[in-house]
Amino acid sequence: MSRQSNRTTDSKKMNSELFTLTYGALVTQLCKDYENDEEVNKQLDKMGYNIGVRLIEDFLARSSVGRCHDFRETADVIAKVAFKMYLGVTPSVTNWSPAGDEFSLILESNPLVDFVELPDNHNNLVYSNLLCGALRGALEMVQMAVDVRFAQDTLRGDSVTEIRMKFIKRIEENLPAGDE
Amino acid sequence: MADDSLFEFLHMEIVSHVYKEQESRGDNDKERGTCVSLLECMGFRVGQGLIERFTKDSPGFKDELDVMKFLCKDFWTNIFRKQIDNLRTNHQGTYVLQDNRFALITQLSSGQQYLEDAPKYLAFSCGLLRGALSNLGLESVVTAEVSLMPACKFQVVIQKA
Repeated sequence: MSRQSNRTTDSKKMNSELFTLTYGALVTQLCKDYENDEEVNKQLDKMGYNIGVRLIEDFLARSSVGRCHDFRETADVIAKVAFKMYLGVTPSVTNWSPAGDEFSLILESNPLVDFVELPDNHNNLVYSNLLCGALRGALEMVQMAVDVRFAQDTLRGDSVTEIRMKFIKRIEENLPAGDE
Repeated sequence: MADDSLFEFLHMEIVSHVYKEQESRGDNDKERGTCVSLLECMGFRVGQGLIERFTKDSPGFKDELDVMKFLCKDFWTNIFRKQIDNLRTNHQGTYVLQDNRFALITQLSSGQQYLEDAPKYLAFSCGLLRGALSNLGLESVVTAEVSLMPACKFQVVIQKA
């Protein structure tokens, strides 16, 4: 009896559903625990941040990406390597600001929202906010302070999912962030 | 198609969050049990969903043992990338599933350290099993025990109607 996992596409797909379903169960639980959507968004962001600070190590260990020299390179690595590695999708990088410090990631499909519909009483819920926290946490660990938010969301009726990332500053000191 | 490690990261964070929340609402021995049941309930919902997706095209199962074997092989492999190492039963509705290297606790320790924390990381998976069984028509009670990390045993007792 082989102990290797069955690496067919079915198996990969199943794992993605495990993640998607677990994420759904998490959001459902948070909605029950907190009275309003803003609070849930905040919790998702915090949890995403905690995941991001660990995920970056996994990412750097598994990809052979070196230090990025500028924000444009960072954007490319996030879209073409990180998103592909973890979510199996490659967003496009567009809408650069003139100063080159802000860009958008456009996702045709968001794996987190398979099977998901937002009920009417959760209009302010940013369902995939975990992604924003994760990106923020991961980049903070490589000395970049960024602001990440959803500009468009297919769950709210938009045609694509758009994540807007803005570079704030380079973090000079290596102090651990006290966000826990 | 999400990567395997994403689930592990998410699971770790969910466990951490649930316990932090309970702590911030005041430490209470009675409350500690609710964290485990919360995690187990989440696992239950996910298990129900997963088994539906997984078996929608397959033929029905011959009997209870067939169901358990399926869970030990295909179901476990798809979630934890390996099969259950040992399945024992008394042929009267009780099954013990042994996993010698349970994926969600391999990173914690390989011995006795952190033994008292291990159950937190098993609750969700107990729910997964209970949810999967439930949607296959079998009500059960699933518990887990760890005596030496990262091996653990899941005990499934099928409830007779």
